[in-house]
Amino acid sequence: MFRYILRRIAYAIPIALSVSVVCFLLVHIAPGDPIDSIIPPDTPREVVEQVRKDYGLDKPLPVQYAVWLSRVVQGDLGRSIATRRLVAGDLILAARKTFVLAITAALLGFAVGILLGSTAAFYKGTWIDKACVAFAVAGVSIPHYWLGMVMVIFFSVLMNVFPAMGAGPGDWVWDREHLQYLVLPAITLACIPAGLLTRTVRGIVSEILSQDFVTTLRGKGLRNRTLALHIVKNGAPTILAVMGLQLGYLMGGSILVETIFSWPGTGSMLNAAIFRRDIPVIQGATLVLAMFFVMLNLIVDIMQTMIDPRIVRK
Amino acid sequence: MLQLPTMPDRGGPAQPLLIVQNLVKHFPLKGGLFGQGGKVQAVDGIDFEIRKGETLGIVGESGCGKSTASRLIMSLIEPTDGEIIFDGEKVGTAALPLKEYRRQVQMVFQDSYASLNPRLSIEESIAFGPMVHGLGRSRAIPRAHDLLTAVGLAPAQFAHRYPHELSGGQRQRVNIARALALRPRMLILDEPVSALDKSVEAQVLNMLLDLKAQFELTYLFISHDLNVVQHVADRVLVMYLGRVAEIGPVDSIFAAPQHPYTQALLASRPSMDPDRRRTEPPITGDPPNPVNPPSGCRFRTRCSLAEDICASATPPLGTTGPMHQAACHIVAPGSGHSMASREAA
Amino acid sequence: MSEDLLVRAKNLNVKFVSRDATVHAVNGVDFQLAQREVLCILGESGSGKSVTLRAIMGLNPRGKTVVEGELNVCGQDVVGASEAQMSQLRGRQVAMIFQEPMTALDPVFTIGRQIAETIVRHESISYKDALARALDLLELVQIPSAKRRLEAYPHELSGGLRQRAMIAIALSCKPKLLLADEPTTALDATVQIQILLLLRRLQQELGMGVIFVTHDLGVAGEIADRIAVMYAGRFVEEGPVRDVMRAPLHPYAQGLLGATVHAGLRGKRLTTIPGAPPDLRAIAPGCSFAPRCAMVEAACRADLPNLRSPEPGRSARCIHVNEAA
Repeated sequence: MFRYILRRIAYAIPIALSVSVVCFLLVHIAPGDPIDSIIPPDTPREVVEQVRKDYGLDKPLPVQYAVWLSRVVQGDLGRSIATRRLVAGDLILAARKTFVLAITAALLGFAVGILLGSTAAFYKGTWIDKACVAFAVAGVSIPHYWLGMVMVIFFSVLMNVFPAMGAGPGDWVWDREHLQYLVLPAITLACIPAGLLTRTVRGIVSEILSQDFVTTLRGKGLRNRTLALHIVKNGAPTILAVMGLQLGYLMGGSILVETIFSWPGTGSMLNAAIFRRDIPVIQGATLVLAMFFVMLNLIVDIMQTMIDPRIVRK
Repeated sequence: MLQLPTMPDRGGPAQPLLIVQNLVKHFPLKGGLFGQGGKVQAVDGIDFEIRKGETLGIVGESGCGKSTASRLIMSLIEPTDGEIIFDGEKVGTAALPLKEYRRQVQMVFQDSYASLNPRLSIEESIAFGPMVHGLGRSRAIPRAHDLLTAVGLAPAQFAHRYPHELSGGQRQRVNIARALALRPRMLILDEPVSALDKSVEAQVLNMLLDLKAQFELTYLFISHDLNVVQHVADRVLVMYLGRVAEIGPVDSIFAAPQHPYTQALLASRPSMDPDRRRTEPPITGDPPNPVNPPSGCRFRTRCSLAEDICASATPPLGTTGPMHQAACHIVAPGSGHSMASREAA
Repeated sequence: MSEDLLVRAKNLNVKFVSRDATVHAVNGVDFQLAQREVLCILGESGSGKSVTLRAIMGLNPRGKTVVEGELNVCGQDVVGASEAQMSQLRGRQVAMIFQEPMTALDPVFTIGRQIAETIVRHESISYKDALARALDLLELVQIPSAKRRLEAYPHELSGGLRQRAMIAIALSCKPKLLLADEPTTALDATVQIQILLLLRRLQQELGMGVIFVTHDLGVAGEIADRIAVMYAGRFVEEGPVRDVMRAPLHPYAQGLLGATVHAGLRGKRLTTIPGAPPDLRAIAPGCSFAPRCAMVEAACRADLPNLRSPEPGRSARCIHVNEAA
């Protein structure tokens, strides 16, 4: 098992490297000379060349990549062009806020999804099932930005129960004051994973319930909670994979929700940086989000292997 | 019918219709990035012939390679080694291109439903092959109706139906009609009645015997059911873990099996007589995994007569009677097994 | 009810109701099973043999199954029983084994766990002691290196070992009644006979009653005391194994025997039963076998023939069978 985990980590390294290559190339794929965003357009040619040399931009791309990567590994993501602040520092603060939002939304969405999905599967074909499916379709189909704005209008503007913007004063703390800022964006963000999980869990659980071994288990006279344990262990590998992916999407895909609620996370940061063509920030934020994705996949893979004995581990 | 005639008999009656020489298929196992994968020795060097007009039955348990062998003969998968000679011509050469060969050899599978396109009506399914081979629709459809009649399904009633509207037995009849549509000379029947109920099985077996006479066919009949093979086959080939254990005329195989495995297989059949029930299982255990087959004779791990020689040397397929061969050290004179006769023949 | 009867079914009916149709799977079945008796229910697919077996344990799909008539299993009325009452019966007094042990075992739990959880459920015994019992059970069903197999997952075992493990699960609480649903059909010939002989030995040693469902006359001949032949949801013939196999009374049972390929028929045409079984969505009056029967008369189509008993212990649902005087 330990060797399997090591091997899975080894597999993840080339993936992480390719991701870093793409992030690095962002600067060069983007239209225009990257140097243009650093210096004013009317700078004399010699100065431009000098700056180019200072930044190492005159060297061949692979060399530039190696230099960039060695700095990234040491935690240096460069400075923001707009603020001249270190990208890494800002990013850590923002990532922490995004993490709070994403985890809350994920837990909320997963809980609702698993509850509704398994209920639907147990009562397949009845009106309970149909209601759950209707919720799932709505959850997946309603656009984030629309729901977010409706929530703001309803709960902040009309009823004035929850704040509409921001993440509360200062750094994030899990207290009442800060939590009220979390409610609306978390619910908005939880909708898609809740709908998706409802659908997935319903499919998986009803598939498991139709299998022969469930008849065997019932034939053994097992209590319902023992039966549930069997279903959970059988369904967990697939459901975990979906949840891992969803958490990844929530981390990266919260841009719209963070923007609507002015949540100061990586999404807002990325959004602002794109408008300002602040390439070091775009690069850094993308890299962090992508690495998070790679790591999630790794964790899900390892968990699946631990649960399902049929996945071969050598 | 004129545009799609039966292929002429090239080699004459003495030429076997099909010769299989040293056929080998090893499936590589999926290995890791650094790990070394093993291989499944599904078929490991089999030789046999099928004469014109005969039925060769292949029997064996799961994992013995009988289905892989049928797919190799049908050229559905590439062999690792070996060759197939059809009516004197090597398959896949200029004299007998693959497309031509595939027209002359057709296959019927166990799963009657999966073998039919669910979106085609029965007559379209049967006419499809001939139309691909250049027969016009106006000729192919009446042909399909003739074939439906031949397999005992009234065209007026069945031609426009779809596979899901038929019972298992009716679908298998359609599969047989479709296999016959290209006027093949040989049919490979891979467990054709195994999924059918007993009463339907008997109907289909009777029909297969009738069709064989009517269309002058040669059958390769694969089954795990010894009773069925005994009923339809002229000669029987017993496979065990990718190799031929024994081959011979059906009567001598069933009356005097030479290989301990064949003996065990025959003795494993329920007795059909409540007063003479089986008391001891002829052999214990399951067939071993073809990934790591035993050395020497592959049956030795389950054989009560195994000796040292069986682990060290692979028994060759030796003649034990008229047209009867078995791969066992006991029946090979001079093999070194204590039950074998001393001097070499 | 007599205490020594394990099962008593009277006019048992099982219907599957859905929005599109009602399938009449079992249509008025009467039978009794004594202690230590082995009854084989012989029939083709769709004859209702498996549904009858599952009805005994109340294992047909919930919500769409309607069971009517009387069905008493080990002293418990099954038709009106609650799920809680049934779960007391299942696994403890009545256990079941299935055709395909690969799908009938939970793939992600070890064999030992799947045996032990049944014992823990029905007996006040710790999990550790239950595991020790599981080891004994694996040895009872002759699984080699049993200790190692306790930790094995179903996919790590061969087909024969999986079916042995399934039997071990079924026997874990020493049931009085074992239900077997084609337990040897998916196995290789040399393994099938091993499992049949094992079941026969265990039945005798443990003194269980067994209902064994099969489509294979030969298998029934190896294990049954009595055979019941089922067609279109009814028992058309019932009697001692020798009598039914040697001289079946009902034309369907006769046809089935004739259609079974066995030695001595080589080259000859097999006797066949023409046509196909009836559609169970609409049961016609009269004998269900009438459309396929060579001996059919007008009376066959008019009314369902009664069970007639030509000699004690035998019966058949056919007007050509004469009732004993």
